[in-house]
Amino acid sequence: MNALKQELKENIIEQLNLEEFTVEDIDNDDALFGDGLGLDSIDALELIVMLDKDYGIKLTDPEKSKEIFQSINVLAEYITEHRTK
Amino acid sequence: MKTCYIHSVVSISAQDSFSENDTIFEVREYSDYKISAVHPPYRDFIPLSQLRRMSPAVKMGVAASKKALEKGNVEQPDAIITGSGLGCMADTETFLNTLLENDEQFSTPTAFIQSTHNTVAGQIALGLKCKAYNTTYAHGSVSFESALVDAQLQIEAGEAKNILVGGVDELGTEFMDYVHLVEQKQMQPIQVSLSEGATFCVLSSEKKEGAVAVLKAVEIRSKIAEENIITEMHDFLKTNKVKPSEIDAVVLGNNGDAFDVYYENLQQQLFPETDCLQYKKYVGEFFTASGFAFWMGAQLIEGYTLPKNFFIRKAESKPYKTVLLYNQFKGSQHSFVLLTQC
Repeated sequence: MNALKQELKENIIEQLNLEEFTVEDIDNDDALFGDGLGLDSIDALELIVMLDKDYGIKLTDPEKSKEIFQSINVLAEYITEHRTK
Repeated sequence: MKTCYIHSVVSISAQDSFSENDTIFEVREYSDYKISAVHPPYRDFIPLSQLRRMSPAVKMGVAASKKALEKGNVEQPDAIITGSGLGCMADTETFLNTLLENDEQFSTPTAFIQSTHNTVAGQIALGLKCKAYNTTYAHGSVSFESALVDAQLQIEAGEAKNILVGGVDELGTEFMDYVHLVEQKQMQPIQVSLSEGATFCVLSSEKKEGAVAVLKAVEIRSKIAEENIITEMHDFLKTNKVKPSEIDAVVLGNNGDAFDVYYENLQQQLFPETDCLQYKKYVGEFFTASGFAFWMGAQLIEGYTLPKNFFIRKAESKPYKTVLLYNQFKGSQHSFVLLTQC
């Protein structure tokens, strides 16, 4: 699980061009949206594509994505349970 | 036509043209086949949250436009008009490469929405919350001049008083490498570096304090035969009631290729004793490089001293009251721009 969390942080920083952040700056419980990392709706689309491409998870319900993208901990847990690759 | 005043000109280029001093003191020399612009610290102009998604073209455009508006004392322009030969090349490359790598699956929105020619003008408008006229011209090496023509027409028609006009192009990641390979197959290829940059200015129907110069005329010609360039230029000057001998400086777009003969003919036959300047040797070739010539022309009229490297020919020091800019690309897309003192 820790390796997955590390991987998620690296991918999020790279794919969302979070140039000001390092893996160490992101706490596992930090909010990804709003006051935390400050991600927005375009980032949410990028994360949805990332889940599909890297882990074979297709999200179709926007409400569901709100829950999943709460934090690295929540996201890693969801991926572990639902990944197909 | 109504007088079109230039209230500011700002340029980001491969030289230090965006410096605090507003002019260039020392010239950077380059020998690489492609060179980046001297990028300023963009965080001074753009919030970090927006900066992370911007490609160099958008960063250059937003930063140059902010400084141009500030220098021109304009908060909200009545129109934003830009020109770009290739648009946002870096994000175009990212988007297309991702499509290829992922077999047209998993396309993400960011690169696509930022890859168009009008991304720069759009981002400037978003930053200013400006809902005014917003147009981008994608017309090869006359993209910037096309934007100038539109601005002139807007002022003439009384549609706008203060207009933000700009030209911007970026190198991208790989595309210019292929351009270079193709160019090297030519009999007499472009001899200067391929590059990038952005020039923005504020044009106005009103003369305000600090006005830099007057944009007297802009003309674009798609094709001119080599033997007709003298006549065409002569006609352009005559239309604008200026004699060749009244031109104080000519800024030419020499890039070392076979078509430099257009510049040489003008220089030798029509302007044999006029000060002549070049710039592509120092800022490189790109579709909106002529924006840098516009910056140089404004600098001369404002009374700044440009480094001697830019001068092909220089007579004794004198004030520059009328400056002519001439550019073409591969014998096509000729542009004549006439700047005069206010």
